[in-house]
Amino acid sequence: MKDKFIKAQQEKLTLGAIDRRQFMTSAIAAGIAIPTALSLASDAIAATPKKGGKFRMGLGHGSTTDTLDSGTSENHFTLVNGYTFGNHLTEINNEGKLVGELAETFESDDGKTWVFNLRKGVEFHNGKTMTSEDVLASYEHHMGEKSTSAAKGSLSPVRSIKADGKYKVIMELDSPDTDFPYIVSDYHISIRPAGDMTSGVGTGGYIVQSFEPGVKSVLKRNPNYWKEGAAHFDEVELLSIVDPNARQTALISGEIDAMDRVDLKTINLMKRNPNINIMQATGTAHYTFPMRLNVDPFGDYDLRMALKWAVNRQELVDKILLGYGAVGNDIPIGTANYFHNSDLPQREFDADKAAFHYKKSGHSGKIQLSAADAAFAGAVDAAQLMANSAKKAGIDIEVIREPNDGYWSNVWNNDAKGWCACYWGGRPAETMMFSAAYVAESKWNDTMWKTTDSAVKFNQLVKDARKELDESRKRDILYECQRLIYDDGGLLCPLFNSYVSANSKKIAHGKIAANWDSDGAKCVERWWFA
Amino acid sequence: MHPVVKTVLERLGLGLATLFFVSIIIFSAIEMLPGDFGQAILGQAALPETVAAFRQELGLDKPAYIRYFDWALGAIQGDLGTSFSGRNASGADRSAEVVDKIAPRLWNTLFLASMAALIAVPLSLILGILTALYRNSFFDRSVNTATLTTISFPEFFVAYILILFFASLNQIFPSLANVDPDTNFGERIYRTALPAFTLTLVIVAHMMRMTRAAIINLLASPYIQMAKLSGASQTEIILKHALPNAWAPIATVIAFNLAYLVVGVVVVEVVFVYPGVGQLMVDAVRTRDIPVVQGCALIFAVTYILLNLIADIIGIVTNPRLLHPK
Repeated sequence: MKDKFIKAQQEKLTLGAIDRRQFMTSAIAAGIAIPTALSLASDAIAATPKKGGKFRMGLGHGSTTDTLDSGTSENHFTLVNGYTFGNHLTEINNEGKLVGELAETFESDDGKTWVFNLRKGVEFHNGKTMTSEDVLASYEHHMGEKSTSAAKGSLSPVRSIKADGKYKVIMELDSPDTDFPYIVSDYHISIRPAGDMTSGVGTGGYIVQSFEPGVKSVLKRNPNYWKEGAAHFDEVELLSIVDPNARQTALISGEIDAMDRVDLKTINLMKRNPNINIMQATGTAHYTFPMRLNVDPFGDYDLRMALKWAVNRQELVDKILLGYGAVGNDIPIGTANYFHNSDLPQREFDADKAAFHYKKSGHSGKIQLSAADAAFAGAVDAAQLMANSAKKAGIDIEVIREPNDGYWSNVWNNDAKGWCACYWGGRPAETMMFSAAYVAESKWNDTMWKTTDSAVKFNQLVKDARKELDESRKRDILYECQRLIYDDGGLLCPLFNSYVSANSKKIAHGKIAANWDSDGAKCVERWWFA
Repeated sequence: MHPVVKTVLERLGLGLATLFFVSIIIFSAIEMLPGDFGQAILGQAALPETVAAFRQELGLDKPAYIRYFDWALGAIQGDLGTSFSGRNASGADRSAEVVDKIAPRLWNTLFLASMAALIAVPLSLILGILTALYRNSFFDRSVNTATLTTISFPEFFVAYILILFFASLNQIFPSLANVDPDTNFGERIYRTALPAFTLTLVIVAHMMRMTRAAIINLLASPYIQMAKLSGASQTEIILKHALPNAWAPIATVIAFNLAYLVVGVVVVEVVFVYPGVGQLMVDAVRTRDIPVVQGCALIFAVTYILLNLIADIIGIVTNPRLLHPK
């Protein structure tokens, strides 16, 4: 009862309905000691977004070839910058849920025809009102023969796009896809005014003042921003600081307020600094060791199983990620995904099971595992650790250190190498991840898991899942898809890496999103100065 | 023709010939670099046909000697070609002229180099003369120890130590030297202070010890003893009699260090996030952006040749025997 009352008073305080003094009076009246009441009041005030201040952030990416055209966005700097000045039809909120952004609502009866109802009264930075004409022009920028956009591939299922009046856009797909609204939240597909796709005019919470590729982007708050409770800073400076040490020094000496990609080797020293908060978010990004079924000996089910049991996953989390991550369960879907199959038992190191399957496979001799740090930082060490644990099960893994140069063309996804290290950023929707690397027609199918009975069944189920509008049936199908990969697939996924970032204690924020680094790459419009 | 003018012209001709050979070396060295721009930029998405299309679009399928002459003829006219990067996996072309890419960065590098040189050169000359004057004294030994210590550490270490004391523990100077074209002059000096100090510490020892050695070397020669016998003071001997003859070796070592300031400070640039030309070149090598690498290498070569030429000329014109031919 008392808690409820205090909570209600706290809410009033944050909304400004009562002031601090009134809050204190009622808290003391409810029998709460003064120090406790004081801290309750500060907690409530800190959780309320406040306007103002200049936010400076150091990002570990950025190159001299960056632009303001969202179609060419390809690193985290352009991603954060793009989400700061632009909006999309939908967005993934900090709870990991898909919600409408410039589309107030979106609906489909069959998963094939999608209707996006646009928000009214949204203004671009140049004063133009956003209508369906701008949405069509923005989508055409990413579609069609001549488009140079990186989103061309993900929009290829769109057969037609047309406007129905000023505030409705209808998209027709080649085949049903109930996860299509996730695709339109992609950072590439920013909505810009018709006729100007490249100069950085958007509808976002901040207006670009100056942009120097590979150096910095300076922005100022959009006074007419339509979104409520967002864009709290007055000014923003995004700096490209690629050297991790320089980034950390800048944060410690107060030259920036936040940074991404903390160097795990020195994180314990950073933690000792009383003015700095370390944050981590385990999302959809994961490290994998794909085995190609069309290359000997990985076509053998028992051999794959033996290797899956021969990895000490917790050791990899502790030594490669220094604890900043989670163990993987040989499925490319993480706990941050909505339909993550948590019924599958977590695979752990089991020398007996590994030896049993290895014996059954009848294989003898060395198994080659190619790795380079181009795949992910620490990939070669991870491969060595795997070779060590596999030795306990009597399996002989030979680690081949490959050059970083040309790794993605000569080693990964190449029949010359049956087994190698790789990483994936993950996808917000399960079917999107499956389409990227696990369905038969994907060019990036790095496990070549296409022809086994389970793989054939999997391909059919992914198609079914895309059609399914009912949530519980969709869950069943996607759970089964994950079980098939877990059991039969060529995927060995031992690690889900966390995004580790740091910021000054002056910064306040709500729950941190896990779909991208930097609060879903939307920290600039979500955070504020406490 | 006056012998000085003749020697200068000779050196100039030699410089141009060197530049020609250097351009061939640069070109063939880059030819031998492993990897391929298409593969580097396409990464996970590099399919054989897209890589081939890329190579054709960039003219990389032409024979090497044709590409060399295209490049060399352009470079003579001040056109270093168009950067490869700016073309992404989907083929979008937003590439920039190499000259436009290098120019602002080169200006930053020259600014930092001049700042470091303005501190380091007078400092090392003064220290060199003073240590020669008071050689083997306590002052001489401590200056030598201090400068040799700073030159012995790798420059990133010196940089981090300076950051620790002047940016982290005592926040006197900024640890980020991220200047941009709008930064005003005073702010620019303030922001580049720490990198300039780092470079100063790294190069002072070399120039200072050369000055000291060159002067001490001369002090043993007969004409100095003659001057001494004629009653000239120690200061007079060093400044009036020894120094004019010592300029040639000193100028050479100063030129060497100035060239280093322009071409070799990439580590310092990375540590202080300074947008200089060294970082641009390293980025370009990483992404196999050949025109930018070639452009930077050529500019570096010109810097070296030019500074050495100036050092030679200084050596000649300050040499009393050449200045006053009999």
